[in-house]
Amino acid sequence: MENNEIQTPDCLVENGETYDMVYERPHTLTGTRMHYCPGCGHSTAHKILAEVIEELGIQGDVVGIAPVGCSVFAYDYLNFDMQEAAHGRATAVATGVKRVLPDKYVFTYQGDGDLAAIGTAETIHCVNRGENIMIIFINNGVYGMTSGQMAPTSLAGMKTTTSPYGRDTKTMGHPIKVSELIAPLPGAFYVTRQAVHNAPAVRKTKKAITNGFKYQKLNKGISFIEIISNCPSNWKMTPLQTVEFLDNEMAKYYPLGDIKVPSAEDLK
Amino acid sequence: MEQTEDIRLMKGNEAMAEASIQAGADAYFGYPITPQSEVLEYLAREMPGRGGVVLQAESEVASINMVYGAAGAGARVWTSSSSPGFSLMQEGISYIAAAQLPCLLVNVNRGGPGLGTIQPSQGDYFQAVKGGGHGDYHLIVLAPNSVQEMADFVFLGFELADKYRNPVLMLSDGAIGQMMEKVVFHKRELKRIPKPWATTGKTPDRERSIITSLFIQPEKMEAVNLLLNKKYEEICKNEVRYEEIMTEDAEVLLVAYGLSARISHKTVQLAREKGIKAGLLRPITLYPFPYERLNKLADQVKCMMTLELNAGQMVEDVKLAVNGKVPVGHYGRQGGIIPSPEEVEENFEKFFKSVS
Ligand SMILES: Cc1ncc(C[n+]2csc(CCOP(=O)(O)OP(=O)(O)O)c2C)c(N)n1
Repeated sequence: MENNEIQTPDCLVENGETYDMVYERPHTLTGTRMHYCPGCGHSTAHKILAEVIEELGIQGDVVGIAPVGCSVFAYDYLNFDMQEAAHGRATAVATGVKRVLPDKYVFTYQGDGDLAAIGTAETIHCVNRGENIMIIFINNGVYGMTSGQMAPTSLAGMKTTTSPYGRDTKTMGHPIKVSELIAPLPGAFYVTRQAVHNAPAVRKTKKAITNGFKYQKLNKGISFIEIISNCPSNWKMTPLQTVEFLDNEMAKYYPLGDIKVPSAEDLK
Repeated sequence: MEQTEDIRLMKGNEAMAEASIQAGADAYFGYPITPQSEVLEYLAREMPGRGGVVLQAESEVASINMVYGAAGAGARVWTSSSSPGFSLMQEGISYIAAAQLPCLLVNVNRGGPGLGTIQPSQGDYFQAVKGGGHGDYHLIVLAPNSVQEMADFVFLGFELADKYRNPVLMLSDGAIGQMMEKVVFHKRELKRIPKPWATTGKTPDRERSIITSLFIQPEKMEAVNLLLNKKYEEICKNEVRYEEIMTEDAEVLLVAYGLSARISHKTVQLAREKGIKAGLLRPITLYPFPYERLNKLADQVKCMMTLELNAGQMVEDVKLAVNGKVPVGHYGRQGGIIPSPEEVEENFEKFFKSVS
């Protein structure tokens, strides 16, 4: 039988010494072993999300939507109510959920192909309506699930399976900065771009996602959290190289940090 | 005297919208398209004061996926559109069928293909009953032939959807959607069943709810397919609905649904006046289709002809039902043209003379 469950012991016994657990996997993760490639940002993002939900104590009030993409199996790992959505339609599905369950915390978790190519219309209009949800936007600059085709976010010159000579912006368009695109819309309440490639980035992302959930209770619109995410398999790099590429290339074009933050007045 | 019945003069589209409120719909998501825009307009006017969500989406792609989300969250939810818009929804409908989400869909059929015409048509029969979207699935398809039925089938549609956890499609057309008739709203007791599978937030006493249509292992996918097949068999066993007019002694039979059935009813009367023993079978459910009854009738009548506002679609199901026992023909008009009962009668006679 395939053992896909990760066991969490109550204590650690080593060389006859017993150590107390000071850290454990959040109960909002199911314990199912994740299928993500080594060094992929999705698993870190999942864990942050699960931790925040546990810390806020809102497991019973969350409905998440993960559409087609590498994270389509998110519901296998996240231990709360989830809907899988068609490619590009997560924000429409989330709108349907939130409108009939306005007291729940609703979030989407979408890739860049999903959110910024096939689902662009849904993204823009969901933000424009100011739906009271959080959009987590995983920008890895490629189509991960279908194995490395060009995404709308692929950097200029980036080699992918469908831009084998590098992305030529003259014929293939320019990498799209969705956060900057949607931030001016009145429905966007909080827009930030973060990453998960090192410890400080993880801490900041965690803060951003915590904000995203808290802001939902204000009913003032979208929290949009872009996460620049490593994709070793499709960037054709070692996990370590992806960290450098993220800092040196991705973060140059997609600067990390807040893009739109609510004022003290907004937060009332 | 206490008024127990609410009688109104309404368009089919409005009657359907009113019925949805009375049926306790929690939400409607839609996008304007002729000839059914009255639905969204009516609800935009009425729903805010009477409770429930009404939202004009950015497209039919969005509205069907909003329906998916709301249905997955356990709401009584519906959408309506007309042919081009309904085509746009097909991917979402396939997902809804696969995830087994109860909801009501309405297609007020207009002429096509392409942008076509805004006049009535039955050109979407195949799309409605043979799939439309990808994969092996079925909708329960109801075909109203009056404003009254457009209202009644909203109640029925929600009930069947909940009962089978299956999307229900009301396939109407531009004429019935647009015409005004008397409609009676009866006081009804609303049937609601619990939906423990819905994503309403995971409480400690239950496992997390997952709404999905993804089953990547072949064995799991096939298990879901078999489960769906079983459900469809159950639906075929329990839910076949049809109406018969003067079939007791009929020697020649018309088969028609919706608007065509109204015309055919008159055609049967015209034929009877001429001494022709004509009858009419009107399928009310297009899926499940009354195969068995038609097969039985094939033992009695000499031939059957469908009247359809298309190039001949339902006629294929009638042929399947009859299985070669008697000749089966088709008469149709397209492009939004509605034939007169006289025109149909003349062609009906031509047909059965040609085969007898
Ligand atoms: C309508 C439709 N078109 C295409 C696909 C194939 N497809 C699945 S995932 C995907 C791209 C996913 O990329 P992204 O959204 O960036 O997420 P990632 O996998 O990188 O996390 C595509 C094109 C699909 N499932 N549905």
